[in-house]
Amino acid sequence: MSNVPNVLVRSEFEADEIGKAETGDVARKLTLFERISDMNSVRKLSILVLVIVAWEIYTRLSGVSELILPKFSATAEALYQAVMSEQLLAMVWNSMTVLVTGYAIGLAIATLLTTAATMSRFGNDVLSTLTAMLNPLPAIALLPLALLWFGLGADAIIFTLLHSVIWPVALNAHVGFMSVSETQRMVGRNYGLKGLVYVGKLLIPAAFPQILMGLKIGWAYAWRTLIAAELVFGGSISDTSEGASGGLGWFIFANQMDLQIAHVFAGLFTVILVGVFVENVIFNAIENRTVRRWGMQAR
Amino acid sequence: MAKRNGSAAGKKPAAATTQPILNVDGVTLQYKTKEHLITATYRVGFDVYPADRFVLLGPSGCGKSTVLKGIAGYMKPVEGSIRLKGREISEPGPDRVMVFQEFDQLLPWKTVKQNIIFALHNGGKTDTAAEAEDIAMEYITKVKLTGFEDTYPHMLSGGMKQRVAIARGMAMEPDVLLMDEPFAALDALTRLQMQKELLQLWEDTHFTVLFVTHSIEEALIVGSRILVMSPHPGQVKAELNAHHLNHDNVGDKKFVKVQQHIHDMLFADRILEDEIQAADRT
Repeated sequence: MSNVPNVLVRSEFEADEIGKAETGDVARKLTLFERISDMNSVRKLSILVLVIVAWEIYTRLSGVSELILPKFSATAEALYQAVMSEQLLAMVWNSMTVLVTGYAIGLAIATLLTTAATMSRFGNDVLSTLTAMLNPLPAIALLPLALLWFGLGADAIIFTLLHSVIWPVALNAHVGFMSVSETQRMVGRNYGLKGLVYVGKLLIPAAFPQILMGLKIGWAYAWRTLIAAELVFGGSISDTSEGASGGLGWFIFANQMDLQIAHVFAGLFTVILVGVFVENVIFNAIENRTVRRWGMQAR
Repeated sequence: MAKRNGSAAGKKPAAATTQPILNVDGVTLQYKTKEHLITATYRVGFDVYPADRFVLLGPSGCGKSTVLKGIAGYMKPVEGSIRLKGREISEPGPDRVMVFQEFDQLLPWKTVKQNIIFALHNGGKTDTAAEAEDIAMEYITKVKLTGFEDTYPHMLSGGMKQRVAIARGMAMEPDVLLMDEPFAALDALTRLQMQKELLQLWEDTHFTVLFVTHSIEEALIVGSRILVMSPHPGQVKAELNAHHLNHDNVGDKKFVKVQQHIHDMLFADRILEDEIQAADRT
């Protein structure tokens, strides 16, 4: 078999010394443009600018009524006015206070449910049955009931918020716990972790990507529910800061009643801004310091 | 006895007069799948003495990893007993540290150093943070990962991850270190390197290690004593000495002889199995 047909036998060689002189740059600094276009925020912001420009051009050229679609510039002006003289920020604060209260209580209940579900089969059955039943139910559908039970006030809104927070958070955390690898579980037990310590030191960090996912979904549901509930309830709730009554949803509703459409748009814009801020600043910061740093989630 | 090389020469005869550190006696292990109750090992028994590099060798399905899980305390034998220093094993504990094949055995949310400190702290090995830090750094140096102590596991190569796992296991100074095919997921060159490093570490401290592998060559290089197991269910086929063999012997006469001997033992089963399968098909 020494003469294999169809193979061209060539002479062998070994390099005596590998020169570095002619290889060129092994590592090259990226150019400024490459670095800027790599930044997520820059790319996303430029899309936003495009949308705004298109909006402004369309409203100017088409002559569409201000009552149907106000110009971007008018919306921006209304936003400025609302912030400066109509206490929009205080209203946002009112909304956030209710939201954070509901979110925090919701997390506490979700933690209890998930812990019970992890510890026992009965808890597991309770969580999966309740989630299957209640998760598809829109929180806003509970509002009439909440009115009946808690009266016209922040309590009723918090009740509906709980519903929108608990199920996605508990469900995701539970799925996260279940999907922690067998090896990591064995490692935890090997070093003597048991019971709640085992949950706190091993399961929670190991399941953190899913837990964070649940927190984000819970937040988004809660934010939508809150605005919707405020649109219905109006200004009689949440007088937490001096002078301003009602929250952001009420701001939108009241201005629609007054046909202040630019203000309605300004209100909607604020809803978006708050949403984007929480998603891209707060949650992003948490992700950067945890799951991304640990390599558990792609950048 | 004079033929034994290295520091094993001084250690081995002494071991013969001491008590075994680990005693596995007539152990039958079973586990359930969705449809079957599987007997992984049937009445397996062996003794491990201090400073042994004891290898469990066999083809897949011979229950060698299951035996290790039994010793680690993750599984209870349905028959027989597993005793460490005379005490029956009932649950996992830091006196038997396991090094797994899977790279995800390192906790991804902790750095290299924090992974070791986590083990020391939760295993009750150290009281103060400074002490844990010192021990962690000592073992990081031992496995040649100085400079990587603050790196997160996902930034490390497979070989480096296994080194951290070994450092974490050794830092605990367990009565016996359990290694479940720790190098099986590595490339051939890295595996060779890791085997050498493991033997060097052993030269330093003469820890007791139980090593599971399905590679005859690896068993002969790494092990001082080899338990050959046959599959379905796992049973003990033979117990052989390999303390006189290491990397330098690979390919020479006595190495090949033992290698061939084990190969024949395992291969005899293989032929039988093939015949059974062939018979099943017709």
